[in-house]
Amino acid sequence: MASASVQINLPLPVLPAGWTAEKDFKPIGSLSHATDRNIEPVGPHFLAHARRKRHKRTFSEDDRIQAQANVKKIEDDDEGEISEPEDPLMLQREAKDWKGQDHYAVLGITRYRWRATEDQIKRAHRRKVLKHHPDKKAAKGGTEDDQFFKCIQKATEVLLDPVKRRQFDSVDEAAEVEPPTKSETKKGNFYKLWGKVFEAEGRFSRQQPVPKLGNEKSSKEEVENFYNFWYSFDSWRTFEYLDEDVPDDNENRDQKRHVERKNQNARRKKKTEDTARLRKLVDDALALDERIKLFRQQENAHKNKRRLEKEAEQKRLAEEAAKAKEEEARLQAEKEAAEKASKADSKKAKEAAKNAAKKNKRVIRGAVKDANYFHGAGDAPASQIDSALNDVDVIIAKLDNEEIAALTAKLSGAKGPDAIKQVYQEEVKQLIGAGKLKEGELKSLS
Amino acid sequence: MSAENDPAQRVAIGISFGNSYSSIGYTTGEGRAEVIANEDGDRQIPSILSYVEGEELHGGQAKTQFVRNAKNTVAYFRDFLGQEFKSIDATPCHESAHPLEHESTIAFKVRDSAEDKENEVTVSDVTTRHLKRLRNSAAYYLGKEVNAAVVTVPTNFSNAQKEALNKAAKEAGIEVLQFINEPVAAVLAYDARPEAKLADKIVVVADLGGTRSDVAVVASRGGIYSILATLHDYEVTGLKLDQVLIDYFAKEFLKKHKSAGDPREDARGLAKLKLECEAVKKALSIGTSANFSVESLVGGIDYTATINRTRYDLLGNKLFSAFSRLVLHAVEKAQLDPLDITEVILAGGNAHTPKIASTIQNAFPETTTVLAPSTSTTAINPSELSVRGASIQASLIQEFELEDITQSSHPVVTVTPHLSHAVGVLCISGDETNGVFHAIVDAETPLPVRRTAIISTPREGGDVLIKLAEGLRHIKVTKPEAKPKKEKDEDDSDDSDDDESDEEEELREKTWKVNNVLSEAAIKGVKKGGKVEVQINIGVDLGVNAIYREVGGKGGVRGIIAGGKAANGSA
Repeated sequence: MASASVQINLPLPVLPAGWTAEKDFKPIGSLSHATDRNIEPVGPHFLAHARRKRHKRTFSEDDRIQAQANVKKIEDDDEGEISEPEDPLMLQREAKDWKGQDHYAVLGITRYRWRATEDQIKRAHRRKVLKHHPDKKAAKGGTEDDQFFKCIQKATEVLLDPVKRRQFDSVDEAAEVEPPTKSETKKGNFYKLWGKVFEAEGRFSRQQPVPKLGNEKSSKEEVENFYNFWYSFDSWRTFEYLDEDVPDDNENRDQKRHVERKNQNARRKKKTEDTARLRKLVDDALALDERIKLFRQQENAHKNKRRLEKEAEQKRLAEEAAKAKEEEARLQAEKEAAEKASKADSKKAKEAAKNAAKKNKRVIRGAVKDANYFHGAGDAPASQIDSALNDVDVIIAKLDNEEIAALTAKLSGAKGPDAIKQVYQEEVKQLIGAGKLKEGELKSLS
Repeated sequence: MSAENDPAQRVAIGISFGNSYSSIGYTTGEGRAEVIANEDGDRQIPSILSYVEGEELHGGQAKTQFVRNAKNTVAYFRDFLGQEFKSIDATPCHESAHPLEHESTIAFKVRDSAEDKENEVTVSDVTTRHLKRLRNSAAYYLGKEVNAAVVTVPTNFSNAQKEALNKAAKEAGIEVLQFINEPVAAVLAYDARPEAKLADKIVVVADLGGTRSDVAVVASRGGIYSILATLHDYEVTGLKLDQVLIDYFAKEFLKKHKSAGDPREDARGLAKLKLECEAVKKALSIGTSANFSVESLVGGIDYTATINRTRYDLLGNKLFSAFSRLVLHAVEKAQLDPLDITEVILAGGNAHTPKIASTIQNAFPETTTVLAPSTSTTAINPSELSVRGASIQASLIQEFELEDITQSSHPVVTVTPHLSHAVGVLCISGDETNGVFHAIVDAETPLPVRRTAIISTPREGGDVLIKLAEGLRHIKVTKPEAKPKKEKDEDDSDDSDDDESDEEEELREKTWKVNNVLSEAAIKGVKKGGKVEVQINIGVDLGVNAIYREVGGKGGVRGIIAGGKAANGSA
């Protein structure tokens, strides 16, 4: 806490006679012990207490340090406004041709220009007024020349009115940045040179913030966004500031209207020109922008790559299709050939089997003859021969080729009519067993 | 939160998180504390959350759900935070969601989603949701994302509770810069007013809340606050006052409608009674009579009645005197006398009740100012005191690093020796030998301290003697017949905060006794009508450094009294 002061109105006692002490001070007692308590860490005075305690300062030290800290802050605020040198020619200006003056130069804020905030303008005005007030000049013994003071007032009036300020900013030539030429761009850094141009032009945009030109690393999207913005630029720039003065006498209305119309036309013309100028500027920049070329190349490369890939793919597909067709044809031919061969083979075998069967049958029938038609001795009567042959035929009909072959083999092994007959009987028995013949069907072999 | 540890990005508000009501505040560019109204226009936002079909209602909207949706309404949960189940008092939650034991903490079983399923929501989750809603309201009002806050807590909030609250706040996206005690916040709210003067005073802050009453005796010395004593009561509360009204209206109702049941035995009827009685109580703080009107109180019977303030004062008399006893008890606990109290600050919703303020005013001598809406026109709304204090503190510390704040509130910084006796000078009076003690530095002043006093000299000037002494406060009770001005046995003088109350019949006076003389010094050749300036610096080691000089004069006398030891004078 700073020093809190108590007022006491009761008078102090008179010094008793004979009271003496070294240097008029005599300590007698001492304070009784203190109680330790928590103080609440709340409020501005506690903050001061904490500051003192943590930095181990005494009251007066803390006061001094705090005071110094406060003073410094004020100085820092002033530091930002180093005044610009004043052109002696500018000081000679007449207030009446205020339209020609550079208001920012008059106030000494050419560093800021259209970026100057209202506060900066106000402070600049104050500084200039303090310096150039006519009373001060008069006091210095100079003339009563208040022309420049009036210039300052006019400049402030223009710059503090948002509408008038825009009108002035629209035609503030000192704020313009000339676009670099083609050769300059080729030589220098495109982004640095043109960035400044676009930054300066961007002050006229109704849409804020204005996209930045960027650098060679900007993405395609950013670049496109940038140029789209500039091709659809919405500008508040007006040219009213350059208007010819409209005569304000009431005598000649026609003249007045004529001038007004002329002004309007001039404004419109200038606005069109300005739009065209900006358009050309953006065109130029676009033409010189390496990034656009790079993006186009990339695009082309991409497209080509895709086309080639597509063609290669098609070729490959066609080849594959042809190969598949060939393969199929080949397989078909092989298959046909195999079929033919197998057909021929089977025919031959069948014929051979037929022939063999015929031969066997002949053998079998012959065997019957050898067995004397199953008639004991002597010549067999015709009926016996007939029935025996019929029976053999029945057996043959009942047997397939292989059995016939087996029977043939047996018969050729059997000698003498009895053996043959036996073979036949066995065969018949077998057939009966297999259910192919009925008993008693064969008369001669029973 | 990205801006969590960046003081430059911080938007800090003050939060007063109470058991019944919470409020949020901020400090304007001009340094005035403002209380933020939530979307419903409430500055006192009920600390209640209610869930209807998965929709979360908060504040006043949730409060009305007591009637229809009591089971899914969570209220009075602040004091459960960071506590164990066995140590909580769940009575206030009788008519809403009941607290349950949940692992090591406390939870409520509510249907907080659209599904037909009851979820256990822990008390810290409930707090997080509540704080989130408060934060959103503040952000909506300020148009900025709020990410830090100073939160007020009762003086008996344990470290575990603070830790739990801190965690819940962090979950809600709020970085708690500091916890400050509610009574101190209230004192700060008064001291931060531009017209407030920096004076040494002893303040009693009586916070009469819904579920609890807290009284604290705070010494304010040059803007530094020390709590001398605290008292907490869970019986003498606002809910009890509501209960008085509930009983009254229920009885009146029964008289009129004999066949109908007792509304207090019907859960819905009781909830309606409660809500309306709280409204009636508030209305009676403003007007002299209030209407009670409840539709379908019980058995479909509408009930309307009027009550005037006198009736209410009679009904609540017991409680009102209990309030004032509570306050006096706290003063006693601080080993002080009502005469020592400079101000009584009434905080909390019930402080609006005029009878409470007048009862307390009667319990204290006239020298004590009672700061409540009905006794002082300049009083700040008692419900907003702590949030205002918190907002002011938030604006003071929001630029500091969190580390800085914790270090500054560390006991190394906050624990300070306090003077046990007042230190002052002896002035002349009738008694030449002793003189009249006049305090320069009051007792309970934290050390180190620096004070200056300007003292008159005898009319004719000349040489004067300045005796520095310790004074003992003494309460002198005089019989009504005795003439106080003629008293000679005691040196009667008035402290700056002690008016003369001689005209009163009953007389209790605050006087000073000289305890021990510390030093003597002489100033020679004071001009006629001149004044003497005395500056005392008392260090932490109890060493006193005194400078005496004539105002406007040169030179002067310096003296050092070594701490604790016998004197050795030097220049």
